[in-house]
Amino acid sequence: MASKLKPVDVVVVGVGLSGSILAKELAEAGLQVVGLERGRWRDTDPDFAMPYAHDELRYVKRHELMQDLSRETITFRNNLNETALPMRNLGSFRPGEGVGGAAVHWGGLTWRFLPWDFETRSRTLARYGKEHWPAECTSQDWGVTYDELEPHFDRFEHLYGISGKAGNLKGKIIPGGNPYEGPRSREYPNPPLKTAYAGALFKEAADKLGYKPFPTPSAALSQPYTNEYGATINGCVYCGYCQFFGCEMGAKASPQTAVLPNLMKQSRFELRTHANVVKVNLDSAKKRAVSVTYIDSRGREFEQPADLVLLTSYVFNNVRLMLLSGIGKPYDAVANTGVVGRNYAYQTPSSVTLFFEDKVFNQFMAAGGLGMTIDDFNGDNFDHTGLGFIGGGFFQAATSGSRPIEVRPVPRGTPRWGGEWKRAVAKYFNRSFGIAIQGACQSYRGNYLDLDPTYRDAYGLPLLRMTFDRRENEHKMSTYITNKAAEIAKAIGPSKMNVTPRTEKYTIVPYQSTHNTGGAAMGADPATSAVNKYLQSWDVPNVFVVGASAFPQNGGYNPTGTVGALTFQALAAIRTRYLKRPGPLA
Amino acid sequence: MDEPGGRRRFLKSVGALGAASMPAAAVAQHGGHTPARGEKYMFLAPAEVAFLDAAAARLIPADELGPGAKEAGVSYFIDQQLFGGFGVMAKMYRQGPHAEGTPQQGYQSPLTPQEVYRTAIAEINAGCAKQYGRSFDKLAAAQQDEVLRALDEGKFPLDGVPARFFFNMLLDNTIEGFFADPIYGGNRNKVGWKLVGFPGVAAVYTHLVEKHGVPYDALPVSIADILEGKAALDEHGHPKHVLLVRKD
Repeated sequence: MASKLKPVDVVVVGVGLSGSILAKELAEAGLQVVGLERGRWRDTDPDFAMPYAHDELRYVKRHELMQDLSRETITFRNNLNETALPMRNLGSFRPGEGVGGAAVHWGGLTWRFLPWDFETRSRTLARYGKEHWPAECTSQDWGVTYDELEPHFDRFEHLYGISGKAGNLKGKIIPGGNPYEGPRSREYPNPPLKTAYAGALFKEAADKLGYKPFPTPSAALSQPYTNEYGATINGCVYCGYCQFFGCEMGAKASPQTAVLPNLMKQSRFELRTHANVVKVNLDSAKKRAVSVTYIDSRGREFEQPADLVLLTSYVFNNVRLMLLSGIGKPYDAVANTGVVGRNYAYQTPSSVTLFFEDKVFNQFMAAGGLGMTIDDFNGDNFDHTGLGFIGGGFFQAATSGSRPIEVRPVPRGTPRWGGEWKRAVAKYFNRSFGIAIQGACQSYRGNYLDLDPTYRDAYGLPLLRMTFDRRENEHKMSTYITNKAAEIAKAIGPSKMNVTPRTEKYTIVPYQSTHNTGGAAMGADPATSAVNKYLQSWDVPNVFVVGASAFPQNGGYNPTGTVGALTFQALAAIRTRYLKRPGPLA
Repeated sequence: MDEPGGRRRFLKSVGALGAASMPAAAVAQHGGHTPARGEKYMFLAPAEVAFLDAAAARLIPADELGPGAKEAGVSYFIDQQLFGGFGVMAKMYRQGPHAEGTPQQGYQSPLTPQEVYRTAIAEINAGCAKQYGRSFDKLAAAQQDEVLRALDEGKFPLDGVPARFFFNMLLDNTIEGFFADPIYGGNRNKVGWKLVGFPGVAAVYTHLVEKHGVPYDALPVSIADILEGKAALDEHGHPKHVLLVRKD
């Protein structure tokens, strides 16, 4: 039997990127806030201290900072005709676990989705007509526009101290930045990172071809920076142990470096770690959340009453908690009805790897988000007439850390092992680099999340089931844009290149991207979205579901910058409107 | 890397890693053939070690470039991994029911890596005995390659686990053991890192990242080196790398 605890104003489920900000702001606004985090406390010191911080096996292959699947995983199948089986080992994506969530081990690329991304459906139909829309595609407008989100993007970038170069300041195109970005109200808080050799060569070739290269915006900071919460984030030393690692320098913006120093001093905030929320309890009418139930590290069950429940965990757990709790109507892929679990999407990454005989790149001198990008083939930045697909992705000559267990490219045709393989690895480890292409992924009927009928977690609760495959639109898009990237690569002049568009059946095995999106999509219509434009549940208005779970489809960018903006979008609505008059905001 | 033009004749460094700079070629040779010190196997039986030594020597052979996976101590690395959390799927989901599934669904064996190695090695040795009259480790190199290729292509008949599933695990762990920090028992003398020119535990590279195209020939530093006090450190605990003299 659950012990019933003293009621609080707000309970935050998952103390990661979104949860830490919302908890800090609401505690400061005078509310009693409890943060429930299923993992452990983690901080720069001692958790990411040298020399253990630089251990590729531990962090990349043994998943030190990532979800413990022995307790909970998901099940996966490519389509409705298959039987989903559990993801027994981490592969395609690497969700985090513990305080800070995946924002501890993230790569730091911090984008604003394009204005087009927020209006994918209406702008596509307006420009190209209905016949251009992909079959079974359920991508939609977000119910919020870029312009509405701009102040929130701005606030998040300044909180996290992002290093970058503006390309569009209040409508004026600024040379050296991204001319395709939506207008921004001010410059990035910190200048871009340095330019590595790979980026310099890419920039030169892209310039020559008439594209618009610019430095990738990064949460690895180019210089020390103190943010509005009084937290100081250090300057990056380019050690190259960034994505999948915690930063020993405190130079990567994260909840630990940007928010927790302030949050943990809030007298109205209490953090409870090893507190695994298993259910949001609703009133008898199923219109109001009254409490959450969680289980602690001793197996004790607690009921924490709260007036406001914020679900701020990773995509999968946000959706799973809604399904386990009966918040919103579950999506039925056969009938195409219901909303919770609908519009699950992912990413369509591809790459071009360049090999040289006479150039060395020292790609181990690196930082998360260190690179040169072009956005000429992202979103609707190029004419899609006659191409047979929508969307695109950015290209980046990335210098994000080459460590030899995972990053040791060899030219196509090289055997997987033996003397020839060894010679190729020895030769090309330092004589190669990649152009990474972050392809978008649309949403489709039949790609969704629901509860698995067979497999259970450590508490005996159903696992989340993922049914997913990329479609023809993604394969065509990936082929087209990867070939464009190959043209740039060719202009750089490598002796060999591997051109690898993403065209095969989706597999959960090799790492691709921790950019899972959707399942609690936002929108203007409760028939096709689980939350409104303020991230508020349509059905249970004192529950807000914040994170990439709200993306109705995924853009050709890393999602974190947009998650940050949505967090502040939800916060503004809660603070200025909801707290004054609790109830539906839309 | 302070010199313009990028050819460093000599470099300074504050007494790290036995102080003196060594010619790169000498370091490469110095690499492999040290006997294993204090390596006490925890999981693998001698016949299994013999199998892994033989397989490692074919997967990443010793050659003119330097030591291979066997010399790097990969068998011992795998033993230590199998005895630890990895070997018993500590962070993996183990509940049934089990089904083979599609290739896209990944690891579905009910066996732990410990059991996978034990089962597969016994079956491969039995298969080799049947086909060639002796165990895998006693075969000629060309025959060993034939067996490994058959495993890689899923053609070698295994009953307990799919052949390719085992081969992928073996290859993955071999590469891990060749390139992981020596603290785990492989990559002995940092031979994997020396082969590719990876400096291991990073120094501060802020002033180097824009020296485009300039080779960085540092003597690699491991976590073990730092724990043993063999590397000079900066205030944040980053090692100060000793750069090697280039012959050219």
